[in-house]
Amino acid sequence: MSAFTRHRRSRRIIAHFAGFEADLLRSLAAQLVELLRNEAAVPRDDLDPLEAMLDFSGPESEPEDPVLARLFPTAYQHDEEAASEFRRYTEGGLRDGKAAAAVSIIDTLEEAGLPFELQEDGLVIDVELDEPAAETWMRSFTDLRLALATRLGVEDGDEDYWSTLPDDDPRGQAHDIYQWVGYLQETLVAALTD
Amino acid sequence: MSAPSPVEVEPTTTPDEVTRPAKPWVTIVWNDPVNLMSYVTFVFQKYFGYDKAKAEKLMMEVHRDGRSVVSNGSREEMERDVQAMHEYGLWATMEHDR
Repeated sequence: MSAFTRHRRSRRIIAHFAGFEADLLRSLAAQLVELLRNEAAVPRDDLDPLEAMLDFSGPESEPEDPVLARLFPTAYQHDEEAASEFRRYTEGGLRDGKAAAAVSIIDTLEEAGLPFELQEDGLVIDVELDEPAAETWMRSFTDLRLALATRLGVEDGDEDYWSTLPDDDPRGQAHDIYQWVGYLQETLVAALTD
Repeated sequence: MSAPSPVEVEPTTTPDEVTRPAKPWVTIVWNDPVNLMSYVTFVFQKYFGYDKAKAEKLMMEVHRDGRSVVSNGSREEMERDVQAMHEYGLWATMEHDR
């Protein structure tokens, strides 16, 4: 299984992905970008279309999608007004940052040779990251893992539950992917602190 | 949005409370079942500039107690910290430390 390591001489962070692994990472990142960009920050039924186009202010209430609610938590638990204000000033920028980080994973994989549609067997994608890029990947892996875990309903100490699911259970397969991204992130953190 | 200034202090408070350092807000990081212990430690070192021992101590508090106060300061400073924690995917909130 692929892992991140720090290259001794160049000090860059490197990893070699099998084609299907790179393809899987790209697909996860693309889904995150889609969610961040498409899910309305806050439903505004009261606006007419032109008004909506010209509405540059940020959202004030917690996103309805549970993944987005986890990615953009409420900052003030006991002060609704302050929480709305905080969200209005921060959520847009946070969304853009997280989307940009996921896009940079996709771009890097494609620049490293991942074709638009993966066909060839035995393809290896070599990724080489400088420190800032490696940190961007590391942050984005967190977002991907939070998204997967929220959809799956992952809880503390539930490893036994997941290991008892039959091999063909899609939830078990998704959980395997969640753990794989966790493994990648663990090796990435270790490489960055190396 | 501004931190409460000393003039808002009730006239009945003791001089001791009046001169208390103006760091009345805290950033709290909460435990979640997802974030890796190594990652949380890395974030505390990287963002707050804490040494490894302090970062690990705070990470263990989050893990064991469910939450940890990771920084304190003015309201504006804590809003920056909370926003940064959200950038890193940590579940952070802020509150007035009474």
